[in-house]
Amino acid sequence: MKFTFCCVTCATKIKSKKHPFNVFKPYFEFKKIALSLILGVFLTFFTCKSFAIQHEEHAATGAESHNKEEFSPSEVILEHIADSHSWHLWGTTTFPLPVILYTDKGFEVFSSAHFEHGHADYTGKYYTYRLVKDKISIVGPGEELTAGANMLNMHKKLIDFSITKNVVSMWISFLLLIIIFFSVSAAYKKRVGKAPKGLQSFMEPIILFVRDDIARPNIGYKYQRFMPLLLTVFFFIWINNLIGLVPFFPGGSNLTGNIAVTFVLSVITLIIVNVNGNKYYWKHIFAPDVPVWLYPIMWPVELVGIISKPFALMIRLFANITAGHIIVLSLISLIFVFKSVAIAPVSVAFVVFMDVLELLVAALQAFIFTLLTALFIGTAIEEHHH
Amino acid sequence: MELVTPEIGLVFWTTVSFLVLFFLLAKFAWKPIMGAIDDRERSIEDALLKAEAAKEEMSRLTNENESLLKQARAERDLILSEAKKIKEQIIADAKDAAHKEGARQIELARVEINNQKAIAMADVKNQVATLSIQVAEKILQNQLQDQQKQDELVSQLLKEVKL
Repeated sequence: MKFTFCCVTCATKIKSKKHPFNVFKPYFEFKKIALSLILGVFLTFFTCKSFAIQHEEHAATGAESHNKEEFSPSEVILEHIADSHSWHLWGTTTFPLPVILYTDKGFEVFSSAHFEHGHADYTGKYYTYRLVKDKISIVGPGEELTAGANMLNMHKKLIDFSITKNVVSMWISFLLLIIIFFSVSAAYKKRVGKAPKGLQSFMEPIILFVRDDIARPNIGYKYQRFMPLLLTVFFFIWINNLIGLVPFFPGGSNLTGNIAVTFVLSVITLIIVNVNGNKYYWKHIFAPDVPVWLYPIMWPVELVGIISKPFALMIRLFANITAGHIIVLSLISLIFVFKSVAIAPVSVAFVVFMDVLELLVAALQAFIFTLLTALFIGTAIEEHHH
Repeated sequence: MELVTPEIGLVFWTTVSFLVLFFLLAKFAWKPIMGAIDDRERSIEDALLKAEAAKEEMSRLTNENESLLKQARAERDLILSEAKKIKEQIIADAKDAAHKEGARQIELARVEINNQKAIAMADVKNQVATLSIQVAEKILQNQLQDQQKQDELVSQLLKEVKL
């Protein structure tokens, strides 16, 4: 709770809008977990989420009319699930991260400490920069910045390649993955012909699960080619979901709940699926078993189908993880909304419940993303034609 | 809207980092791990197949042994029964032979006894004849010493003879 409170003080004011979290549609396809449990999870999510959104909207409209001192849960929540140019550690301690900007005149590299959390402008080699709502924009000397100008600048002159909190968090997860799986790999080399032991024996069932329950049934006998991708995607999503659940450094980022990350993952799926698509796959799209005069209708539909499958992947992962973070933060925010410590036990109880649920969701979403990727690959390389 | 707009910077870093991670893991982690797992699975499968084959071989051998044993037993039984039969045959033969021999011996003995008896009887008859003659001689000598008596006898004899 402390971390939330600290950030309340340094939170900048963000105008909140309605967010499309109700796009959330969980998959019912997996077999390992009882259907009733899934339904329970789904219903819990649904009710909690709608509550969170209502709550948020209410708070947002309230916050706008009040002065800056008023506690605004939506600001806090949005700040926490958004990316940042600095990493807030504890209290007033913040770890500044490098800013890398590509402007029309060239690259600029400097520390985000220069912005002093948005209180100061920084004049670099080419322009003067200002941090507004954790977004960097170019300002002229003495110029007041409006939201419109911000967007305009973003597109016109500036692309932000900064090493943000999410990038650092991602690198930490990469480091973890590399350490874990290199040591597991070394264990396999060292213990040839022996039973797995330690970390190796923990990871092996998961690797076998990805192989036997995700890759093999969905892709078929050619599964081996896609195993590296599926394993990387699965463990990348899973470990980042878990890191996102840790509320303090080095966790606390919302990497898999960031649309950019899920976008990249789903684009990779899109590319892999279509690059590996065989003649049956393309025939199904461009010459389906319908009368020829229907082709002009079928082509757009099929082409949209190509895009919509990875698009659903992107939205599903993003929405699930972000929703989880929002619920937890909303529950914590209740303490500050009611301005009473008495509400804390209730909040904490609910947060513990949600965190346990999120542990399940973390694994579940990694599983679903990998499963659907395998499924799409499977349909693209399927040999027989119906 | 901000929340669902991908930022180019993060997209860029994610792409680069993910690809690097993918290639690192694929080359140095997944390849050896999957290879090792596959190898082990294959070796386990091999071992199981071999065990199965060994079991089959074993059962085959056991069957063979059992059939051999059965055969041997049958043979033994056969031999034993034959031996028994032979033994009985021998005993029977021996008995028969003994019987015959006995009978022959008895027959011989009887013949001999009869012979001896006949001889003895002949002897006895001879003796008796001799004795009778001697007795008769003596009696006749005695009786014929007296003339009267000789006449009496002749008369008597003559009386007895009826013509």
